[in-house]
Amino acid sequence: MAPLLSIRGLTTHLFTDEGVLPAVQDLDLDVIQDRTLALVGESGCGKSMTALSILRLVPDPPARIVGGRVMFEGRDLLTLPEREMRGVRGNDIAMIFQEPMTSLNPVFTVGDQIVEALTIHRNMSPREALDRAVELLELVQIPDPRARVNDYPHRLSGGMRQRVMIAMALACEPKVLIADEPTTALDVTIQAQVLDLLRDLQRRFHMGVILITHDLGVVAEVADRVVVMYAGRKVEEAPVDALFKAPRHPYTVGLLGSTPRPDAAAGRRERLQEIAGMVPSLAEMPTGCAFAPRCPIAMPACAQRPALQPVAADHDVACFAAHEPDHAAAVRS
Amino acid sequence: MGVLAAFWRRYRRNRAALIGLAIVVVVVIMAFSAPWLFPHDPLRIVGPSELWPMQDARFPLGTDSLGRDVAAGIFYGAGTTLLIGLVASLVATIIGVTIGALAGYYGGWWDDALMRFTEIFQTIPNLIFLLALVAVLGPTIENVVLGIGIISWTSIARLVRAEFMSLRDREFVLAGRAMGMSDLRLIATQILPNAIPPVIVLASLIVAGAVLFESALSFLGLSDPNIASWGRLIGEGRLLIRTSWYICAIPGVAILVTVLALNLIGDGLNDAFNPKLRNR
Repeated sequence: MAPLLSIRGLTTHLFTDEGVLPAVQDLDLDVIQDRTLALVGESGCGKSMTALSILRLVPDPPARIVGGRVMFEGRDLLTLPEREMRGVRGNDIAMIFQEPMTSLNPVFTVGDQIVEALTIHRNMSPREALDRAVELLELVQIPDPRARVNDYPHRLSGGMRQRVMIAMALACEPKVLIADEPTTALDVTIQAQVLDLLRDLQRRFHMGVILITHDLGVVAEVADRVVVMYAGRKVEEAPVDALFKAPRHPYTVGLLGSTPRPDAAAGRRERLQEIAGMVPSLAEMPTGCAFAPRCPIAMPACAQRPALQPVAADHDVACFAAHEPDHAAAVRS
Repeated sequence: MGVLAAFWRRYRRNRAALIGLAIVVVVVIMAFSAPWLFPHDPLRIVGPSELWPMQDARFPLGTDSLGRDVAAGIFYGAGTTLLIGLVASLVATIIGVTIGALAGYYGGWWDDALMRFTEIFQTIPNLIFLLALVAVLGPTIENVVLGIGIISWTSIARLVRAEFMSLRDREFVLAGRAMGMSDLRLIATQILPNAIPPVIVLASLIVAGAVLFESALSFLGLSDPNIASWGRLIGEGRLLIRTSWYICAIPGVAILVTVLALNLIGDGLNDAFNPKLRNR
């Protein structure tokens, strides 16, 4: 199926006093209707910057998109005039953010804010918009929506607020939804509910979803395809099953090793493996493979940057060792 | 609604602010009752000149140098004085919010240019600047109000700029932008409502300041001679200040009390808006 949103060579740099730092480097992504693409990586690996770049919302200064294309319905969003871009935001491509506590305007009621979201792109009378707001609250399974529209955000719990954010994002029935850590700030039971809701709404509206997260549990639950990012670059991309079954990049292996798995060998307690070291700061990026300083199987060749190459059908990895059969085991030991 | 009731509950807690509000309400009632209590023009000569208060039951506050009723002047002047204060404050608020919002929202070059512009206004002594403006534009009520607005907006601009700088990076602003809002819409519908409480407090204090500025102008005889403000009463009494000092003192006390009341209201609004004091 042709992708809804096709990103090629996206490059976003931070122009700081310490020089030009690559926040996102030469990134390719395809978002497909009805599918969820997960963008995974540690904090600071460029996930959020990628999301903001797609909507051209990077904070400028210091960040600026310096290259690439974001093709959506035959148009390159990166060259669109700002006016037309505003017509895309919220209308065709919507976004929800990590912090439901701060993403709602504290001085307006929930209803007012959804009405506002509706009136940006739709010509609606206040009466219609309010009715639609109640419908949307119902859609995101908020109990007693008629009463809740008159509540201020501070009266709602975190999970409820995130539902309101989702309702606002869906107000104009976007084709692509970017969810930036949508459940990170919520506790686990609420997380599961919100993820279920997102999946449900995705099926209903046939959206392509970009899910940004560092939580591999969330990925396993909802994603169809996974892109692993490290230091601004894609290091591995595969369908979710393949990635979990046979991770090829040592970083992915490390990420999976550092995630608790209740299913692994019942009864036996395994020590969680951490990945040694820290993500290099963007200013001190090694010239070769960015992961090499932390990599347990680093070799002299890693002084050069490995290109992203297919290692199996529909499975790309940027690692020199990816073809070697047992390297994953070597990483784990 | 609930919000207003809660606001009133917090405002009510400040007793001084309640007194201030009561005084201003009295002044407003005076202004509205003036045409009934004093059906004649307050600028008309109605009795002997320089009649001291309590000398004649018809003129409880006496008459001025030309034999005009001081009480009528005070009652009519109440409305004029308050109106000048309110409109001048509104002018200052509109200029200040516009400049502060643009500087704070866009930052960078805009901020530099607009703040240097603001500083130019801040460095000119207020009263001298006002005198110059009114002298050049002509002493009409519109020009006086405009002039007071022009010398009073800088503090509002600085306040609004600071509020915008802290609010523009908040997540709900980014969320609004991600929904496709234009800059103007973000400024007007998302950021400004969050920035407005301290502006209201400052604007109420500017009303008080404007009353004083108008009085100062009138005292110097540079305000509009055709309006019956309290300042004009003082200005006309100035020449007789050694003999019939009550002509200056009565409107002077009225101004003092009203300005004090407006300041008390400003404090009360500040307490009511300030969330840190809400549960005190």
